Amino acid sequence: MSNATLKSDQLFINLGPQHPSTHGVLRIGLTINGEVIVKAVPDIGYLHRGTEKLAEVRNYHHCVVLTDRWDYVSAMPNNLVFCLAAEKLMGVAATPRANALRVIMCEMNRVASHLLFFGTYGIDLGAYTPFLYAFREREMVLDLFEMLCGARLTYNYIRLGGVMVDASSEWLKRTMEFVEYFKPRLDEYDTLLTYNPIFMARTQGVGVVTAREAVDWALSGPNLRGSGVDHDVRRADPYCGYENYEFDVPLGKTGSCWDRYFCRVQEMRQSIRIIEQAIEKLPDGPFMASGVAKIPKPAPGEAYAHVEGSRGDLGIYLASDGGISPFRLHVHAPSFINLAMLQEKLVGMKVSDVIALLGSIDIVLGEVDR
Amino acid sequence: MTTPEPAAAAPKPVAPKYVPPEPVLNRQNGRLIEDRFSTWPTEVFKKRWSRPGYQRGAGMLVAIFVGLGLTGGLIGELAKRADGFYALLGSFAAAQGLPPLALDAGWIAIKVLIVLHIVLINGLWSIWWERKISAHIQSRVGPTYAGSPKGFNFHGWAQTAIDGIKLLLKEDVTPAAADKWVHALAPGLVIAPCIIAFAPVLFGDGLAAASLDIGTLYIFAFAGISVIGIVMAGWASGNKYSLLGGLRGAAQIVSYELPRGFSVVPILMFAGSLDLQVISNAQAGYWHGIIPRWFIFYPVVGQLAFVIFLISSVAETNRTPFDIPEAESELVSGFHTEYSGMKWSIFFLAEYAYVLLGSFLLATFFLGGGASPINALPFTWIPSWLWMLGKAMLMMFVFLWIRWTLPRFRVDQLMDFTWKFLLPWSFVNIAVAGLYLAYWLK
Repeated sequence: MSNATLKSDQLFINLGPQHPSTHGVLRIGLTINGEVIVKAVPDIGYLHRGTEKLAEVRNYHHCVVLTDRWDYVSAMPNNLVFCLAAEKLMGVAATPRANALRVIMCEMNRVASHLLFFGTYGIDLGAYTPFLYAFREREMVLDLFEMLCGARLTYNYIRLGGVMVDASSEWLKRTMEFVEYFKPRLDEYDTLLTYNPIFMARTQGVGVVTAREAVDWALSGPNLRGSGVDHDVRRADPYCGYENYEFDVPLGKTGSCWDRYFCRVQEMRQSIRIIEQAIEKLPDGPFMASGVAKIPKPAPGEAYAHVEGSRGDLGIYLASDGGISPFRLHVHAPSFINLAMLQEKLVGMKVSDVIALLGSIDIVLGEVDR
Repeated sequence: MTTPEPAAAAPKPVAPKYVPPEPVLNRQNGRLIEDRFSTWPTEVFKKRWSRPGYQRGAGMLVAIFVGLGLTGGLIGELAKRADGFYALLGSFAAAQGLPPLALDAGWIAIKVLIVLHIVLINGLWSIWWERKISAHIQSRVGPTYAGSPKGFNFHGWAQTAIDGIKLLLKEDVTPAAADKWVHALAPGLVIAPCIIAFAPVLFGDGLAAASLDIGTLYIFAFAGISVIGIVMAGWASGNKYSLLGGLRGAAQIVSYELPRGFSVVPILMFAGSLDLQVISNAQAGYWHGIIPRWFIFYPVVGQLAFVIFLISSVAETNRTPFDIPEAESELVSGFHTEYSGMKWSIFFLAEYAYVLLGSFLLATFFLGGGASPINALPFTWIPSWLWMLGKAMLMMFVFLWIRWTLPRFRVDQLMDFTWKFLLPWSFVNIAVAGLYLAYWLK
C-alpha cells in the first residue's frame, strides 16, 4: 500500500427509490460510517400525482375516485373522510344503515391494511412466512370487498350521502365467517412473530419515540399510541356512530418499533370486535340519503373532517366557492407527517435498524406524495 | 371496391332509453365470486385430515419410506459392493498388466466423480425440496407443473432442472465498475473448497472418498476457505451494498467457526479420534438394549453440543436467521447482488452443498452415523448408508424449517450471540465432558 496511513472514509448509499424494503418509492440518502448512520436525508415526491389540484376541476362525486389513490392500501377511510367533509358542506347526513356499513368497511380495511403491515414488516426483518399468512387472510377481506363493491383496491364504495350498494344477507354471513376464522389466526400471528425472541430483540428498544416527541412531531395513529399517548379520533371525535360501539384503544409502553407493531396487531382484534357489533345491530333502512344532487353545488364555505384512518389521523379541508368543483382540497396525510421523524431518528442507528424503523412507521408513498 | 349503398334509407332507429346497468351485486357477479369463496381456507382449517389430498399424501409417504427401506435392505451395505467392485477392477488391471498405481489413480478418479455428483445432484434435489417445504410452511403448494407436459409432473419434479437451464441461458453480466477477474473468480473460490471438504465425509459405514485420521479438522479447515470467495465477490462487484455484504459475511463466518469447532470437542473427547469413521463407530450399541448410545443422548453435554453445532452450521451457510451477508431487505442481495446466470447459481450450489455437509456432519457426530435408532429386526436390517442418508435429510429439513420460520438477526446481535453465548457455553461443555470422562466413562 502506498499510503502510509490507512484512510477510512464515510460511505454514501442510496436507499431507494428502487429498494426491496422502502415500501414504495421513498429514497433515503444515507451517509454511513461502517454500519452506523451519520446522516440521513429522506427524499420524497416520486409518486406525486397532484390529486389535490386535480380535485379542483372535478365535481364532488368524481373527487371520491381521486381519494382512492392516496392511501391505496386502505382506501375506504379516504372515501369516508372526503364524503364526511363534502356532506358537511352540502348539509346532508348519511342514513343510519349507511353509517353502519361505512364503519364495517372502514374497520375491515383497517384489518387488511394492518395485515399488509404485519406481513411486510416480517419480510423487512427477514421472516418470510408471516407475509404469506397475512396475505391469505387479506385475500379474504378483498374477496368480501369485491363481492360487495366489485373492486379490490380502489373501491369508490362510500359515496356522498351513503354508500354505493347495500350489503346482502349473504355478504353479512360471509363476513361473519371471516371474522370467526380470523380470530384464532391472530393468536397464530402472535406465536409466529410477535413474541419471537429474535423479532423482539430486533424491534424492542429500537427507534424509541417518547410520548413528548410523538406529540411534538404531531404523529398520529398507531405511531402515536405506540408511544403511550391515548388518542384515537374514533373516540375523541366520533363520526359515523363510533360512539355506539364498544372497543379499546391499544397503547404501547415505550414507543419502540415493537410497541408500534404491537398496537397494530391489537387494533386488528378491536376492529374485529367493532365489525361484530356493527353487523349485530345493523339498522334497516335506505343505504343512501335522499336529496343528494347529481352535480352538487354546495354553498360557499369551508369544512374540515377527520377520521382515524389505518395510518393515523386522516383529515380533509374542503373549501367551496359555490361552484360544482371544490375551490380547494387539502389532505392532512398521516403518512407524510409520521415520516418526518425519520431524518432525526435515523442518525446513530445501524443499517438494519433503518429498515426496522421505516417498516414500523408504516408509510404508504401514495399518501405521502399524493 | 365501394360498398353498395342501401337501396332504401331505412328509418333511423330510435335510440333506446338509457338503462343504467344493474349494480355489481353478489348475484350478478356471482359465478366468479363463488369460485373465490371455494378457495377460502376456512374449510381446510376445520377438517384437514378428512380431505382426500391429506390421506393420499400420507399414504404416499408411508409407501415411499417402506419402498426405500426394502430397496436399501436388498442392496445391502454399499461399502461391501464397493469393495467387490474394487476387487473386480483389480483383477481386470492384473489381467491387462497395468501397474497398481494406475489402478489406484482410476479408483480415486471414480470416487472424486461420485462425490462431485453428490454435490451437484444435491443442488437439484434440495432446491426442489426447499421450495416444496417452504411452500407448505407458508400454506402454498410450490412447484406443481414442471415435468412432462402431459403425464408425469409429480409435484413439479423438474422445476430445478428447468431453472438450471434458464440460469445457463441467462446473460452473464459483469458491471462496468467491477474488478473483472476477481468478480469471475469469486464463485469458484466459494464452491471449490466446499467440494474438497466433502472428501472425508462419511456416507455410510466405511463409505467415504478418503478415510483421513484428521477428517474433522480437514473439513473445518476447508469449509472456512469459502469466506475468501464471499469477500472477493463483495469487493469486486463495485457495489456498495455488495461491499457491506462481503464484510458482514467475513465477520460472521470467521466468528461462527469458533463455536462450531469447539462444540465438537466433547464428541472428539468421547470418541478419542478425529476420524469420522471412529466417531461413528463409537456410537454403536444401546443402553439397556433400548436407548441408542448416540452422542446426542449423552445427558446435557450431548444436547448442548448438538444445539451449538446446529446453530453455527446454519450461520456458516449464511441462511436465515443468519443471512446478514445477503439480507434481502437491507442489502438487496448482499455480496451476490451483481451476479447473474450461472455465476449466481454457483453461489447457491455452494450454499446447498454446505447445508448437505452440515447435515451429514450432524448425523455423524450426534445421531450415531449409520446406526439404527431402534434395536429391532426390520430396522437393524436396513443398511447403514440409508440410515445415514435419512438422518442427514432429517437434519436438512431442520435447516429448511429454521430458514422459513425465524426472522433475521442484526449484525451486532449476531456477534454478541456467538461471542457471549455460544462460545462460553461450548467451553463449559468441554469442561463437563472432561468430568464425564473422568468419573462416568472411565
